[in-house]
Amino acid sequence: MSVNPFETVVDIVDTSPKISDEVKLTTCYMCACRCGIKVHLKDNKVRYIEGNRDHPVNKGVLCAKGSAGIMQHYSPARLTKPLKRVGERGSGEFKEIEWEEALGIATQWLSKIRDNDPRKLAFFTGRDQSQGLTGFWASQFGTPNHAAHGGFCSVNMAAAGLYTIGGSFWEFGEPDWEHTKYFLMFGVAEDHDSNPIKTGLGKLKTRGAKFVSINPVKTGYSAIADEWVGIKPGTDGLFILAIVHQLLKSNQIDLDYLVRYTNAPWLVIQDKGSEDHGLFARDEDGSPLCWNKATNTLAPALATDISPAIAGSFTLPDGRLAVPSFQLLAERYLSEDYSPETAEKQCGIEANTIKRIAAEIGRVAFEDTIELDVTWTDWAGRKHDKMIGRPVAMHAMRGISAHSNGFHTCRALHVLQILIGSIDAPGGFRYKPPFPKPAPPPLKPAGKVDQVSPNTPMPGPPLGFPTGPEDLLVEPNGQPRRIDKAFSWEAPLSAHGVMHMVLNNAWKGDPYPIDTLFMYMANMGWNSSMNIPDTIKMMTDKDEVTGDYKIPNIIYSDAFYSETIPYADLILPDTTYLERWDCISLLDRPICDADGVADSIRQPVVKPDRDVRPFQDVLIELGARLGLPAFTTEKGSPKYPGGYPDYIVNHERGPGIGPLAGFRGADGLSEGKGEINPKQLDQYVENGCFWRHEFSPTERYFKHSNKAYLEKAVDLGLIGAPNQIILQLYVEPLQKFRLAAEGHGDIQPPDEHRDRIKTYFDPLPIYYTPFEEAISDTNTFPMHALTQRPMAMYHSWGSQNAWLRQIHGFNKLYMSRTRAKKMEINNDDWVYVSSPQGKLKAQVQLMEGVNEDTVWTWNAIGKRRGAWNLSPDAPEGTKGFLLNHIISQLLPEQGSGYRYANSDPITGQAAWFDLRVKIEKAGPNKPGELTEPQFETMKVSSTVPRGNPTSRYGEKDK
Amino acid sequence: MTSLPKPSDSPQLGLVIDLDICVGCHACAVNCKEWNSGGHSAPMTDWNAYSGTESQDGDDVGAWGVWFNRVHTYEVNEGPQSRTVHFPRSCLHCEEPACVTVCPTGASYKREEDGIVLVNPDTCIGCKLCSWACPYGAREYDQTDGVMKKCTLCIDKIYNENLEEVDRVPACVSTCPAGARHFGDLSDPDSDVSILVSDRQGYDLLPELGYKPTNKYLPPRPRRDHLSKEQEQVSIVDMANSDGSYESNETNNPLLKWVDAVLSR
Repeated sequence: MSVNPFETVVDIVDTSPKISDEVKLTTCYMCACRCGIKVHLKDNKVRYIEGNRDHPVNKGVLCAKGSAGIMQHYSPARLTKPLKRVGERGSGEFKEIEWEEALGIATQWLSKIRDNDPRKLAFFTGRDQSQGLTGFWASQFGTPNHAAHGGFCSVNMAAAGLYTIGGSFWEFGEPDWEHTKYFLMFGVAEDHDSNPIKTGLGKLKTRGAKFVSINPVKTGYSAIADEWVGIKPGTDGLFILAIVHQLLKSNQIDLDYLVRYTNAPWLVIQDKGSEDHGLFARDEDGSPLCWNKATNTLAPALATDISPAIAGSFTLPDGRLAVPSFQLLAERYLSEDYSPETAEKQCGIEANTIKRIAAEIGRVAFEDTIELDVTWTDWAGRKHDKMIGRPVAMHAMRGISAHSNGFHTCRALHVLQILIGSIDAPGGFRYKPPFPKPAPPPLKPAGKVDQVSPNTPMPGPPLGFPTGPEDLLVEPNGQPRRIDKAFSWEAPLSAHGVMHMVLNNAWKGDPYPIDTLFMYMANMGWNSSMNIPDTIKMMTDKDEVTGDYKIPNIIYSDAFYSETIPYADLILPDTTYLERWDCISLLDRPICDADGVADSIRQPVVKPDRDVRPFQDVLIELGARLGLPAFTTEKGSPKYPGGYPDYIVNHERGPGIGPLAGFRGADGLSEGKGEINPKQLDQYVENGCFWRHEFSPTERYFKHSNKAYLEKAVDLGLIGAPNQIILQLYVEPLQKFRLAAEGHGDIQPPDEHRDRIKTYFDPLPIYYTPFEEAISDTNTFPMHALTQRPMAMYHSWGSQNAWLRQIHGFNKLYMSRTRAKKMEINNDDWVYVSSPQGKLKAQVQLMEGVNEDTVWTWNAIGKRRGAWNLSPDAPEGTKGFLLNHIISQLLPEQGSGYRYANSDPITGQAAWFDLRVKIEKAGPNKPGELTEPQFETMKVSSTVPRGNPTSRYGEKDK
Repeated sequence: MTSLPKPSDSPQLGLVIDLDICVGCHACAVNCKEWNSGGHSAPMTDWNAYSGTESQDGDDVGAWGVWFNRVHTYEVNEGPQSRTVHFPRSCLHCEEPACVTVCPTGASYKREEDGIVLVNPDTCIGCKLCSWACPYGAREYDQTDGVMKKCTLCIDKIYNENLEEVDRVPACVSTCPAGARHFGDLSDPDSDVSILVSDRQGYDLLPELGYKPTNKYLPPRPRRDHLSKEQEQVSIVDMANSDGSYESNETNNPLLKWVDAVLSR
């Protein structure tokens, strides 16, 4: 527009422009939080994404990742067509092929495997939100070799919770944000449940509740804590048990809660050396026993209106002695091994601070009690006119999980919550349905010798919860049956699998070679593996005799050109989350909240402009081509010709139970269970792409023992029977494994594993030094090294995002200013970081809010140069790095020469936060410094255009 | 040079940002960028969107672009007294904005009806005087368009009749997960935002400069750790050291106190 210099130009502001042609509701997938979003579309392009105010997860808010969804959707890293590798692995030389050819190749590889030995397929998915389908598909295929990324992430938290309280944090439960008065958060937690936690913190701080953060690093949430406890990494278990010590000492425990809701009074047989030592004393029906003080007799522990003893020693009918499990617990934690003074030395936290925090917890729980005027009926039918709450809540996720002592640490945290009576009490921890489930849930992993055979589905799912040696997936000689050695003596309770060992084991042929590795959304050539330099070698290594790759076939499905793409032989390009149907199912990882049961869907809001297909459609089609019974009609035609949406509506896992629990029944009015409703997806779309059933106030607390809730949960198909769910302070299944290691029973561990099982399978939480610290030379490697992901990137699949990379484009190594001063390291200097595994070079950023013995960095910001269709000069590659490069997937050789996985010995959880390092100054900053190690710049398929360096998204809207 | 509107009774719209609960998640910054990418000052140009370049001093330029709202996280003080602060920064829509009075063309102006400070892209000559004048660093130069851009307080959202009334708030406010951002009329002492400012001792940034920012920040609440001087804390430590009822039992077997407990299941 030309401007007349003699005329005052008035700015015309259109304050009410048309925003969009259409608004479509769906579910975000920029992280695992699964918020409801409203997508505004204009000229067939995405104009604006905002939170859906009516959605139960986010109630209208949206984080940085969700708001950057536009840039993810239009990312130049998107794959555009199926690819077949034509050069050597890693060369990035591919040929574009048609879908028919791609599906033909996959079917040919997979059907051969299924005809011979289905275990030769290893099917591993990443942060997959369709595990209800992927796990079922693996089971139908007949391979036990399936898991998602949980073993990498937080299985310690999940398993410890499920075996203890029949629930856990995040998808399993949440703090009572509305009522809690004292909130403790342990370790890095800026990840799972990202928006609800931010909203909850805002609420509780505004209400004046105290927020204590126990974390070696003071960033993110910890920065707004009322108190920051800069603990030494991996010692949280001792800190928690020292609090337990104090509470026991001062008798600030909820005894009434313990006898009503937990196994505290159950009698434990005391007969060292016998085959049932340490197990619960049971009657002829197998029911646990307690001592009824009202009659001074043994009584079934599940009986009501009895007066159980929680301490003392009692004689069983066979003359042996037994004690309540609480007595064993109290004896253990009252010992000086768990005193604040002992903890002070390990945790680096003053004993007085631990004592004060314990006293604060006790005071709030028992003197600042809250009462809700809500009547409720307990499992035995007794009415209560109030709900009495202990308003102390806690939260933790990967921070305390990703250590080799993480299972026991997470157990300790749940035990602490039980002792103060805060589990599902107002102000405490609250279950999210379908939890609580019996602890542990009654589901065993399939894959035993008689459960795997050619062209036959397995009789159950690949993942589950063993309760004794008889549930392990081991050969008669004790060797693992799964490629990742999950559910073997090396990791008996690996409820989420052991993903970080798949490549290593497949390459080594240990316990056996596989034929095809099939991965979905798992960047295992980069940040979803440890020790990347060797991982790359494993993917490209060939058999010297045959010249074939040691991992013969790799199929990979993803939406983006990640670091893993060049190592796959066949690429099945996926859509973005805005282009497909999905379901967030109660059969998988639900989106429920403590007050309601809910599930949700994604609907396509834009059409793909590339030759890509939703992975779930592809999986269902492969299922039909392979003739998997659940995906094929009796006549042999595809059972779900309409792909994933067809499956979502018409698949039934049990009578009346399908992937979606809402709008069931012919009329769409049934909830939980009901016959198939052909209009189910339409009704979800009409309802904002989610369904939620809200519990009545009387059903909302004490769910483990609340008659109305338990009956409702059965009606909805969430649990099998309305029985009280007993919280397990003492976990008997652990003792069963220990007894086997001590030489009892038919199924015993191979000798080389006996001591390990005996030591770590303790039915009560223990603390031990994390393995890497215990084994490595701590004088040579004096520092701990940790990672966390920033809130603006966490769980953000394919974090190549034009906006988010402006916030976090590279990562530095953060260390304490005081420590750096002693080492003459200045801000921005470059340093070498060495571990027993390897060495990297990074730039230093000094800070105050970090434990002095700890360095840390942002995870998964560093990228391989050339990957994600970024130019090689992008700082992600030149200045970014992964700590994974120097984390070993294996522990050093021990006694027998065997190298165990760098994992928790109980669950197999990757112990990547155990890392010990040495820091050495490399020199001051100068132009052109690069992080090390650097890998060969990745060649990206030339058919994908790189984005315009100057991006003017939205320009034409003006 | 550009003159300011005469003082009037009209609203002064602005933001109140609660530093006690801002977790530094950048949601406000990115949702702002997203809204405004199609909004009044669109586009929000990005440079090196998929690349990066290194300057002579070794600093990495990387990707950069126009953002109306940026979140800075930094530490204040050293040692045990140190505190980490997440600080979102955007235009404060000052009552007496130097960025307006310094403008040679009248492109920068303060609206009389609501106090929002805007830039008219048709008359902006890209001289950057306003960005030199603004002590808050709130101005964003779009070198591709050759004009200055800035926070509009989502002027095309807060009055937008195509939206439901509840959605007529700036994007940074509606998206904030922690509830740390509030929007309203700061000239009305009875408005929710004014009451919040008064209750929580909200403050101006750099008040000594005299630009009278409309936006206010609520300070972090006092910490409650071993360094805080609350009397209550001392008594709790005493209580902890006294070891509660256990010590009073004076017995060699600490478990005895539970042996006699009469409980009912």
